[in-house]
Amino acid sequence: MSGAGPGRPLAHWRHRLAERGVDRQLWLLVPALVFVIALFLYPFFYGLTLSFQPTRGGPFSDYARFFSDSYERGTIWITLRIALPAALLNVLAAVPIAYRMRGRFRGKRLVTTLLVVPITLGTVLTAQGLLNFLGPTGWFNRILLASNLVDEPVRLTHNYWGVFFSLVITGFPFAFLLVLSYLSGIDPTLERAAATLGADWRRRFTRITLPLLMPGLATTFCLTFVLAFSVFPSAVLVGNPAGETRVISLAAYQAAYEQYDYPYASAIAMIMGFVELVIIAVVLAARSRFYTGSTGGKG
Amino acid sequence: MSAFSQLRLDGVSRRFGGQAALTELDLTIEAGEFIALLGPSGCGKSTALNCLAGLLPLTAGSIWQDERRIDTLPPERRGFGMVFQSYALFPHLTVRANIAFGLRMRRLPKEETRRRTEEAVRLVRLEDHVDKLPGQLSGGQQQRVAIARAVVFEPSLVLMDEPLSNLDAKLRLEMRTEIRRLHQSLGLTTVYVTHDQEEALSLADRLVVLREGRVQQIGSPRELHTRPANWHVADFMGYRNLWRGQVEQVDGARATVESSGHRLLGEVVGSLQTRADAVVAVRPEDIRVDGPGETRNAMSATVEVVEYQGRELAAEARTDTGLVLHLRTEQRIAAGDQVKLAVDPQRLLVYPADASAATDRQPDASGAAR
Repeated sequence: MSGAGPGRPLAHWRHRLAERGVDRQLWLLVPALVFVIALFLYPFFYGLTLSFQPTRGGPFSDYARFFSDSYERGTIWITLRIALPAALLNVLAAVPIAYRMRGRFRGKRLVTTLLVVPITLGTVLTAQGLLNFLGPTGWFNRILLASNLVDEPVRLTHNYWGVFFSLVITGFPFAFLLVLSYLSGIDPTLERAAATLGADWRRRFTRITLPLLMPGLATTFCLTFVLAFSVFPSAVLVGNPAGETRVISLAAYQAAYEQYDYPYASAIAMIMGFVELVIIAVVLAARSRFYTGSTGGKG
Repeated sequence: MSAFSQLRLDGVSRRFGGQAALTELDLTIEAGEFIALLGPSGCGKSTALNCLAGLLPLTAGSIWQDERRIDTLPPERRGFGMVFQSYALFPHLTVRANIAFGLRMRRLPKEETRRRTEEAVRLVRLEDHVDKLPGQLSGGQQQRVAIARAVVFEPSLVLMDEPLSNLDAKLRLEMRTEIRRLHQSLGLTTVYVTHDQEEALSLADRLVVLREGRVQQIGSPRELHTRPANWHVADFMGYRNLWRGQVEQVDGARATVESSGHRLLGEVVGSLQTRADAVVAVRPEDIRVDGPGETRNAMSATVEVVEYQGRELAAEARTDTGLVLHLRTEQRIAAGDQVKLAVDPQRLLVYPADASAATDRQPDASGAAR
């Protein structure tokens, strides 16, 4: 049976291709490929080439223009200053709640639904709610004023905090669902084993669960960070789009639809993507230092 | 380490919702004993073990370590080592760190932790694998890590939950010897859960047979092997022939039972009255083929199925009246043969039939169970 000796005919070419995974089932990939090419690869490379064809100057002059203008360059820092803490808070807040909810209990579905509802609302409705609740004449400030805790309304909208809250509200359910599924992928017997070996709950968490969860947390952080980094509607609606929440996507929008400078807008979009990639690369590099194999759970 | 001279389970019960998983388990474990909890799946043996470990709270009863009540303590304060069925090794820690975990949790001096870990590694012969992750080990090696991890901190009690069930037959036998060897050389007190009667008989000093959450019998391997307390235990201990019949006559410790037209003489276990329903239990190896001049409990039958099992043959035979017999013999018989079978009355046990066990398998009149 070992291979085709002299005189033995080779298996049919179709069979040999199928052994390497090439068969007619590959055609099933076509719709997905069409989508990826039409909706991602083509626009991306179109934008990339466009960014090297500025209206004035050499191929890199739009990039140079962005970095030489401190107002423009500053948008990177502004966006990071909002997106990084928001993503971090989302992940950190999701861990204890998901940890408490990993087992089975009555009403789990109800609690999960309540926690996940914000994801379905969309940014505009969330912004509307934030304005009503946290605005200068919102309930929150009215309660503070009525109870004489403050003399004048605390400003929580149309600034950094408005955008930050909006990102937490929309990003948390996302982080929570991901962390919950990573947690239920860890075999609960491991913690029971640690308990019989003398570990109290704190050390069971820090020595067993957390190290096994870290790769999942890193992935969750990356995804929530990307969502937060591309913040746009809430930066306009509950932020201060001319000042402290002039995020990078806003800069790209203004270049494209206020100055009609598509090459410049493309260049900004490319810079935006590059910054995201750098952050993700750093997080994933840190992630690879943890154990990322099977954790014995239901996956 | 808090060694004890006696561990006492007093009416330990556990319910899940309305379902009783374990009902009033009374058991006293002496230091140094090897106890096996034995029973079919769902009998409550794992529940009992988890209650002992502190992983499951009791619904009723108490557990006493000498004069100290321990059933209210969390698992980490009981100091019992546990080997899980799935091993539950920490996948992100090396073999060495897995084994040292219990010592680290006790905050022993570094030097002592290192020394005792090395000792445990030698004990389970894993010197070449200390720096590997559990995922890089074979099943048998993982099992040895799990055992080393559970005994390295010299626990007063070691709990084992079907530790051999994931291993292949050859490794299972090896590890069985290993476990018994460790138990003896380290002077451990062990509670071992299994559904394998052979495993339990070969390992344990005392066996506890459970069925539907209740203790059926507690005794030495010999007691359980030769004299099961009721026909359910007999069924579990390898009495494959269970025939339903009716008592014709009781004569002290002996009774005559009529089953499918055969009159069988055997030893009474429990209390039996004339005309009562009875269950007759016989081990396959106690049915003799062509016994020379044996007249008591003699039956003639036709061999229907023969399985080759090395030195022995396992066969199924049917008498003219339809009674099916499972037997083991070293004689060469073949399907279709007419054979004369006989059972020594000392090896034929007669039990009262109970009407209670509706859920369990019933010995039917033809004996064609299983």
